[in-house]
Amino acid sequence: MKFEKRAPQLRLKLEGWRSRVVLFLAIGGFAVLAGRAFYLQGVNTSFLKAKGEARFTRVVELPASRGAVRDRNGNALAISTPVESIWASPDELEIDEDQERALAKALALPLDDIRQKVDRKDRQFVYLKRQISPDQAARVMALRIPGVFQQREYRRYYPAGELMAHVVGFTGIDDRGQEGMELAADPRLAGSPGSRKVIKDRKGRIVEDVESVRAPKDGEAITLAIDQRLQFLAHRELKAAVEQNRAKGGSLVIVDARSGEVLALVNQPDYNPNNRANVTGRQTRNRSVTDLFEPGSTMKPFTVAAALDAGVVKPDTLVSTGPLKIGGWTINDSHPLGTLTVAQVIQKSSNIGTAKIQLEMSAETMGSFYRELGFGAAPQTGFPGEAKGLLKPWNKWRPVEQATMSYGHGISVSLLQLARAYTIFTNDGQLLPLSLTRLDAQPVAKPLISAESAREVTRMMEMAAMPGGTAPRAQVPGYRVAGKTGTAHKPEDGGYAEKKYVSSFVGFGPVSNPRFIVAVMLDEPSGAKYYGGDVSAPAFSAVMGAALRMMSVPPDAPGTFNVQAPASGDRG
Amino acid sequence: MARVNLLLLAAVIACALGVISSQHRARKLFTELEGEQAAAKKLDEEFTQLQLEQGAWATHKRVEAVAAKSLGMRLPDPSNTVIVTVPAR
Repeated sequence: MKFEKRAPQLRLKLEGWRSRVVLFLAIGGFAVLAGRAFYLQGVNTSFLKAKGEARFTRVVELPASRGAVRDRNGNALAISTPVESIWASPDELEIDEDQERALAKALALPLDDIRQKVDRKDRQFVYLKRQISPDQAARVMALRIPGVFQQREYRRYYPAGELMAHVVGFTGIDDRGQEGMELAADPRLAGSPGSRKVIKDRKGRIVEDVESVRAPKDGEAITLAIDQRLQFLAHRELKAAVEQNRAKGGSLVIVDARSGEVLALVNQPDYNPNNRANVTGRQTRNRSVTDLFEPGSTMKPFTVAAALDAGVVKPDTLVSTGPLKIGGWTINDSHPLGTLTVAQVIQKSSNIGTAKIQLEMSAETMGSFYRELGFGAAPQTGFPGEAKGLLKPWNKWRPVEQATMSYGHGISVSLLQLARAYTIFTNDGQLLPLSLTRLDAQPVAKPLISAESAREVTRMMEMAAMPGGTAPRAQVPGYRVAGKTGTAHKPEDGGYAEKKYVSSFVGFGPVSNPRFIVAVMLDEPSGAKYYGGDVSAPAFSAVMGAALRMMSVPPDAPGTFNVQAPASGDRG
Repeated sequence: MARVNLLLLAAVIACALGVISSQHRARKLFTELEGEQAAAKKLDEEFTQLQLEQGAWATHKRVEAVAAKSLGMRLPDPSNTVIVTVPAR
């Protein structure tokens, strides 16, 4: 055989099956490889595709910002602005001493602080400094220290500070609303972050947009009804009134007399929403919305309005204010007033007179009128924690309760409810809904009394705010204003506290064409005076006067312009 | 037959090169777009910062203090104010 010459191995006589086995194994091996290749590239394609994509595609988070809150003229009240947080991963960190010093300088932190933080080698995440400006963060990142990273966050700022604190509220660390409009409108203000899939190149640049997984949605901006200028006025005057009368607290509300928009809403004490380190619940409470008080005489105009509208009295009907006993209880006036007309009952604020007028009406007439005015029900402004107030159902009233309720005792209201109820006098007997956001269209009002009755009660309240009334200090030079004082003992332990009062004043102006309703409430004034006419009326006058001038409302009593109001202390 | 094949081969190569170059252009343009979007975002952020700054300068408290203290302004008294009525047209 010729093989024998070349390869000595072949001279061996091997059995034929051995080569066939080798051939078979080789073919089998290739078949397995081909099968596997076919499986990977033909049948189960998605596996390799996914592996490939995992190496060059990235899902990028797209943060959404929270909507701004603005006042009715577009001034920013709450704005989210991007900030960076610098964090480090100690186990990845490669840093020498020079870099440590540079890092400390860029972060404006003591060197020891940095060392302490990055020394914890067991940890993978430690914040070096949170919420710094993007410029500063850029300087830190320019040091290019491996293991130091930045993270984008949004921080909420409140440029108006304590001025708007109670209205706007604030957000927590997680950027969700916790108080005020931030809480009430949270679903609208909050944005939803999105994400998208991209292809990145070696240098980390995005080269191709593969698909948008979820589009980010920035939060909507909210425009409030509040006018920042009026809010400032209200804040300044309320603060002055609280300090001057050494009151425990106070609230002031300005409502647009025609649209029911809340133009200003302030409370004392307040707080700075940008720095809430030592803020207590006493400061964050929005008293004008959440706190209830017995309105006292500020209720009388409603009792008289109901009686006039029912036709049981006329403005000049005579009412004797002699001693009055109902169900074993004696009703008092602070000093005897003799026989008065119905108009004078409001002007002089007679409890006995009001109680006598209500005797002419059934509990049902009075009770359903109070209910219609919105007492005993939340005002539905959408504000969190709205108080409903206490108004017993009329069929459970005892006669003495009906009598005390007619002059505002045994019923509790919030200042916002009270201000709203006064819209029947500024709006031809029609009750307006309140709105905290700016309205574009006139809201639907609910007619409760005739325009004529509303005008007559307004005339009485104008007398109350003049010499001879209970609140001459409510006068505003140049303008006709109307309003009613209220002084009520504070309820305490089931009775009334001897020397604790709530002094209020609710009024509006100018009478010829009302623009603003201003409601003032001072909690426990402990100065020399505590009557609403001495304590709250001057604050009303100051706010109303300044507001009318600021909005260029033409004076409807120019004759009184140069007459100094009696000690009204116009600080405007 | 061979000539047609050659022609087709040339066409395929030309197409492939075209795809490559347009893909490259698309990516370059996309990077550019990315950059512009980042710039827009940056300007947006600057705007919010400026709004905040404006808010801080324009607080009524500060304006009032500046008007009263450094400019010596005050509200006119009723005694030196004259009300003028514009005759109705």
